[in-house]
Amino acid sequence: MSLMALHIPKMVSGTPAVPMSEAIMAPELSWAGLILLLPLLSLVLCGLCAALRVKTKLPAVITTVCLAGAFLTSVFLYLNYTPPGDIVPLLGWINLSWGSGQFESFSANFSLYIDSLSLLWIMFVTGLGTLITFYASEYMEPDLGKGYSRFFAGVSVFLFAMSALVLSDNLLMLYLGWEGVGFASYWLIGYYYQRPTAVAAAKKAFIVNRIGDLGLALAVYLIWTTFGTVQYDELMTVLHDGTWKTAYDGWTTSVIPFLLMLAAFGKSAQLPLYVWLPDAMEGPTPVSALIHAATMVTAGIYLVARTYPLFMMEPVSLHVVAWVGGLTALLAATIGMAQYDIKRIMAYSTVSQLGYMFLGLGVLTSYGAAYHVFTHAFFKAVLFLTCGAIMHGFAGQLDLRKLSGLRHLKGWRITAWTMLIGSLALAGFPLTAGYFSKDAILAEAFVTQGPGFKILGWMAIFTAGLTAYYTFRVWFRVCAGPVKYEPGDEAHGDDHAEFHPHAPRFAINSVLVIIAIGSLVAVVPYFMSNEADTKIVGGWVADMVHDSTARDGVPGATAVAAKGHAPIAGSDHAHGTLLGMDPHVAMYWISGTVGMVGLFMAAWLHLWRRSDADAIRAWLRSHALIAWLPRAMERKWYVDEVYHALLRAPLWILGHVCHTFDRFIIDWIFVDGIARIPRGVARWLQPLQSGAVQSHAVVMAGGVGIIILLMALFMQFDWLGGLG
Amino acid sequence: MSMLASDAFASVSLAHTLLLAGALMAIGIAGFLSRRNLIVMFLCTELMFQAAVVAMAGFGRWYWDFSGQVFVIFILTVAAAEAALALALVVLLYRRRSTLDAEAWTELRE
Repeated sequence: MSLMALHIPKMVSGTPAVPMSEAIMAPELSWAGLILLLPLLSLVLCGLCAALRVKTKLPAVITTVCLAGAFLTSVFLYLNYTPPGDIVPLLGWINLSWGSGQFESFSANFSLYIDSLSLLWIMFVTGLGTLITFYASEYMEPDLGKGYSRFFAGVSVFLFAMSALVLSDNLLMLYLGWEGVGFASYWLIGYYYQRPTAVAAAKKAFIVNRIGDLGLALAVYLIWTTFGTVQYDELMTVLHDGTWKTAYDGWTTSVIPFLLMLAAFGKSAQLPLYVWLPDAMEGPTPVSALIHAATMVTAGIYLVARTYPLFMMEPVSLHVVAWVGGLTALLAATIGMAQYDIKRIMAYSTVSQLGYMFLGLGVLTSYGAAYHVFTHAFFKAVLFLTCGAIMHGFAGQLDLRKLSGLRHLKGWRITAWTMLIGSLALAGFPLTAGYFSKDAILAEAFVTQGPGFKILGWMAIFTAGLTAYYTFRVWFRVCAGPVKYEPGDEAHGDDHAEFHPHAPRFAINSVLVIIAIGSLVAVVPYFMSNEADTKIVGGWVADMVHDSTARDGVPGATAVAAKGHAPIAGSDHAHGTLLGMDPHVAMYWISGTVGMVGLFMAAWLHLWRRSDADAIRAWLRSHALIAWLPRAMERKWYVDEVYHALLRAPLWILGHVCHTFDRFIIDWIFVDGIARIPRGVARWLQPLQSGAVQSHAVVMAGGVGIIILLMALFMQFDWLGGLG
Repeated sequence: MSMLASDAFASVSLAHTLLLAGALMAIGIAGFLSRRNLIVMFLCTELMFQAAVVAMAGFGRWYWDFSGQVFVIFILTVAAAEAALALALVVLLYRRRSTLDAEAWTELRE
């Protein structure tokens, strides 16, 4: 079926329950600009530290203080904003107008769009940013006086760009932030620029992200040509009014969601653009925790949630989002199961969890997606940070086969137990934050009508089991069992027997404890009462999402919205049942059980009977019929190899053909060839220039002679007849 | 102007003066091309100058226009100044290489 054929019933115009145009100008909140200004200040100061070759922890102190300021400003902003939203003008940027019609002006300013969605994001972005920067002050110690200032400058750039992305009131400023976080990510992945793998990973991340960025650029352009604005409040007003239908209604409304989706899949590492994220683990671990787990990679979720009404117009786009998310979750989980590098397992787990979030968006629960972003930010940050602590203490060791029994080691107890808290949440252990946020998504997959959503739901439940397995595979291997360890390749000296791991100290431990507590407390919002709408379920986060542009994806709220909008074909919010029960209640039991099964599998194979794991692996390897399965999982389903064969190799050949053409045809034949003509002529005439006075004179005289001869031949010397 | 003089000059046609000028020019060119001594070459250029002057005077008479003779006066003045410069140059060149051979100076080749 072509895209055009799927261009089915759009929303019927009507009055929205909460018109977005109610967002009011609030110049009195302009102090919120501090959220952008403080990271920028920190960037400048860190740059000065680098220029002055500061050898102390000053850059870390500066960045931590500035980000803490940004966090406090965000919290204060949350307490001061008025639902449904405020627009805070900061600086004028682009204000063009060439007429008075709808499509005859263009404006994009540095203004902040403060609604509950951006507040939700900015609070955990700046909060985790502050904590992880503090953690990094200890983690980056070996680089004091070398790359220390550069690292914190990069973190400041990231926080500035991410705040701009989240708080912008128009798509152009969002694009600016989007590119900014991509740049900061490139900067920090390639932090260890002397390591070729880090440089390659940075380039890969940048190039893969460019594909997504192209989608965003085209989407912004098409949104402007279709709706005549790139500002959220105007856009949402137009969308909810339905006036755009008379102004312009064509293929663009079907294409825009797919382009936005491409951008989101690039930034949030979904199929087919997820390949950069696992490689991005080459960066320092605090960067992996902050940028590549908790915050930047959720920008794609934010983009889709922010432009949710555009997706609602084209139901097929949401079906695609759901399926891509579900498939990515499953694929990444199967890869994560078979890896040995714990940081890489966490990376695949991040890809998998982001898949859940997209699944949530696709099955019309933007609330579930946002809640999972929120809980995931905490538990994945703590998991990455514990991996970082282990890597830091064991000289770069990340192989789970070479580490064991950390919880019995002196000084490592905090690391082991905080890792357990993170693992429980990730595995969806009953009553943890991850359990409730994942259930919010899984249950909706069974409730929402859509192509194969039930299959998708069972697939996601299976993935939840895999998640529990691979998460606890790491924890049981590394933190439980007998004490046994080998240092990594960054160890000094050759004698491994002499190696003493250095346990994390105050900065790392305190941050681990705070974020671990955060990931436990993240369950509380689920049980908080709703103020905005008593019909919706899901507590504080649902409340937050309900007030924003993503409100159509809050269970219960859609029923209200449906009065104004005709139900979207094939994806309306009927409250069905699952196994004869309320789907959310049923899901508590199902996903809890599946999670426990995964957990016990991990306990059996990696804690109680580790020898069984080896026996099973040997048994699998010995049977040709299934031997390929574990190997393919370990080799990441050969996705990188396939991309290499399908994309990189042809492009490499094309590049070399072009290079050869340029070298031989353009350079050698055209440029050099034309230059060779005067050179050859000159070489031929060179002997004339002997420098001898007489020979020059002969040439001159010869020339004069020739001129006279020509005159005598061709000119009429009538007047000469009269001479004499 | 006396009759005698006027008669004597009356028999001199433009062709005579032009032939004289041509002969002087030919001698000058031949000398310039064949001799290597800088002073002799310079004298040859003076000869070519005089060829031009003679032709100018001849044409002035032919057209009965005195501007030809005015040019002659100017050219002789300029030639005198130029002769002073050229001989000074020759002296300087001689001091550099202790020779008057034009072959000694070929710095201006490609």
